[in-house]
Amino acid sequence: MAATSTGIHHRSYTSELRLRATKAEYFRLGLMTVLLLVLPFVLDNYWLSIANTIMIAVIGAVGLNILVGYTGQISLGQGGFMAVGAYSSAILSDRIGLPTPLAILLAVLLTAAVGVFFGLPGLRLKGLYLAIATLASQVIIEFLVRRDYGDFLTEGLGYLNVDRFEFLGFKIGGRDVFEQQWYWILMILAVLAVVSARNIFRTGLGRSFMAVRDQDIAAEAIGVNLTRAKLTAFAVSSAFVGLAGSLTAHYSEVVSWEKFTLDVSILYLAMIIVGGLGSVAGAVYGAIFMTLLPELIRRLANALESTLPFLGDQLPAVRNATFGAIIIAFLIFEPRGLDRIWQRMKDYFRFWPFRY
Amino acid sequence: MLTRAYQHSLRGSHLPAGQPLLEVDNVSLRFGGVKALSDISITVTEGDVHAIIGPNGAGKSSLLNCISGLYHPQEGEIRLRTAVAAGPEAAVGEAEDSGRPTGEVRTHTLTKLPPYKIARLGVARSFQNIELFAHMTVLENLMLGRHIHMKKSVLASMLWFGPARNQEIEHRHLVEEVIDLLQLQAVRNKPVGALAYGIQKRVELGRALCLQPALLLLDEPMAGMNAEEKEDMARYILDVHELAHVSVVLIEHDMNVVMDISDRVSVLDFGRLIADGTPDEVKADPAVIEAYLGAEEESDRG
Ligand SMILES: Nc1ncnc2c1ncn2[C@@H]1O[C@H](COP(=O)(O)OP(=O)(O)O)[C@@H](O)[C@H]1O
Ligand SMILES: [Mg+2]
Repeated sequence: MAATSTGIHHRSYTSELRLRATKAEYFRLGLMTVLLLVLPFVLDNYWLSIANTIMIAVIGAVGLNILVGYTGQISLGQGGFMAVGAYSSAILSDRIGLPTPLAILLAVLLTAAVGVFFGLPGLRLKGLYLAIATLASQVIIEFLVRRDYGDFLTEGLGYLNVDRFEFLGFKIGGRDVFEQQWYWILMILAVLAVVSARNIFRTGLGRSFMAVRDQDIAAEAIGVNLTRAKLTAFAVSSAFVGLAGSLTAHYSEVVSWEKFTLDVSILYLAMIIVGGLGSVAGAVYGAIFMTLLPELIRRLANALESTLPFLGDQLPAVRNATFGAIIIAFLIFEPRGLDRIWQRMKDYFRFWPFRY
Repeated sequence: MLTRAYQHSLRGSHLPAGQPLLEVDNVSLRFGGVKALSDISITVTEGDVHAIIGPNGAGKSSLLNCISGLYHPQEGEIRLRTAVAAGPEAAVGEAEDSGRPTGEVRTHTLTKLPPYKIARLGVARSFQNIELFAHMTVLENLMLGRHIHMKKSVLASMLWFGPARNQEIEHRHLVEEVIDLLQLQAVRNKPVGALAYGIQKRVELGRALCLQPALLLLDEPMAGMNAEEKEDMARYILDVHELAHVSVVLIEHDMNVVMDISDRVSVLDFGRLIADGTPDEVKADPAVIEAYLGAEEESDRG
């Protein structure tokens, strides 16, 4: 795509298949890298904790976009799938005693399997009906972890305490370095998640997902096994989401059902809608935007406290209303999200000062 | 065009020319009370352009849908014959059949298979109402035509470097030959949704060709086109047939278009097969003249 609009002429398919071709693209990549490397040294612990939350959200949103944006299978089960990742890796590492990375890996695989199971209705249902079916998966998982029959999950406590992350003699330190050390772990995992998702969609596997989304009858007629493609999409997506869930557990060091309610599913859907459906970059923008938004609203409310005191009192309501307004605004004015807005800005500056 | 050296054969069948490739055997298809197909038997021969003509509603698309597995006839059977490739030809996309004696002929009953398995046997098609992947580029649509020949390992895809990238490049070579054959160079990186109707039809033909089909099914590839575009499309279909030696089943309601480019013509009317033969035989058939040409001449005069 960039190849045609920038006047770059590739001499081999290898060079054409690169994600970046222009100097500007390499420059932005360099800038991003520097930013990611410098952040932990310039941010205080409070903002680092927000950065860490964003990294986890990026992994979850990229995962959800694989399913919803790229494969066209709407899902309201995000919170439930994150719960599977969180509970299973907490139990595997703390109660069973597996090394934490291994516990996380198993939790990811388990979430993928659970995703496939709850993806089965997707073989028959589309659109709104599938939304309801995945809503059922959310409700079922939420119900199970909340009731915790036989106290299997939390041993009667109602929540799970998770030990400080530790691996091969390395242990995350105390208050002063906690956020910074987690930043490195989460940032690297988020980058890996983004890069691997990006890779999926420049190969045949990713194209088969998009084919299912665009035209499922034609997809079958060119040899795509719809059952397999959809279930693979559920598995891959849920694996990312499970990773986000288990990281939530180990980073926040406590697992409780309140963190994985339907609100979470809707928040993540909002991220990919605002960021851009069917775009990995969009999922990243959406995760950043929707994680920062409550913070901005809170600060704004504080600043306006003296003139508009009710804003502070009604903060949760104001926040929800703003969330809703923003989602609706994006659906109406830019359904392709922040990703599209960013593309347009790039185009504008590429041709600057000429207006096309 | 004829001088251009393509490295890949687009033909997926290894049957000797002249042998029966597809056998439609007493097929009947009903929708509730509507009999879309009544007891149809047609044999498509390897190497032919086989036209299926008939007025609108005659059951042509229904027959095609039965062959590609989208519809399931209540009665009858449709069989495809495939042969194991001999020598170097076996290299591309023949993994499933490897290890068996070359030349061995197998018969597959299509009426028992889901559409994607029929595609994997080498039956590729286009649709009467274009069914492209609208949000993807021409290139991506054509690469999807390679789907059955590609490995789809999740881990290799996530890694990109190594097998995934090599595979993309390897298949890109064949796709570029199809782009060249159908002269789609200028629109290679355009999203198909934004292209003109005639070009979309060509992309759909291209996507089917990228399968390296044993049998190419085209449902009214020239419908909705002006005379010039029709001529172009007929030219492309002939190129596909002559350069790539792909056997083609061509559906068309306009009889004049197909008579020149077909080796054999079957005529459907109200779900029944009323004639089957060479273009000259069919043209002379009184039943065809009455049911089809008569109607057309009337409408021409009117
Ligand atoms: N999916 C379907 N459901 C119900 N009736 C159908 C369906 N497909 C085709 N038919 C009927 O079968 C008959 C043949 O249609 P079709 O195969 O599309 O004809 P043609 O392609 O020759 O114009 C028509 O009467 C049509 O209404
Ligand atoms: Mg038709």
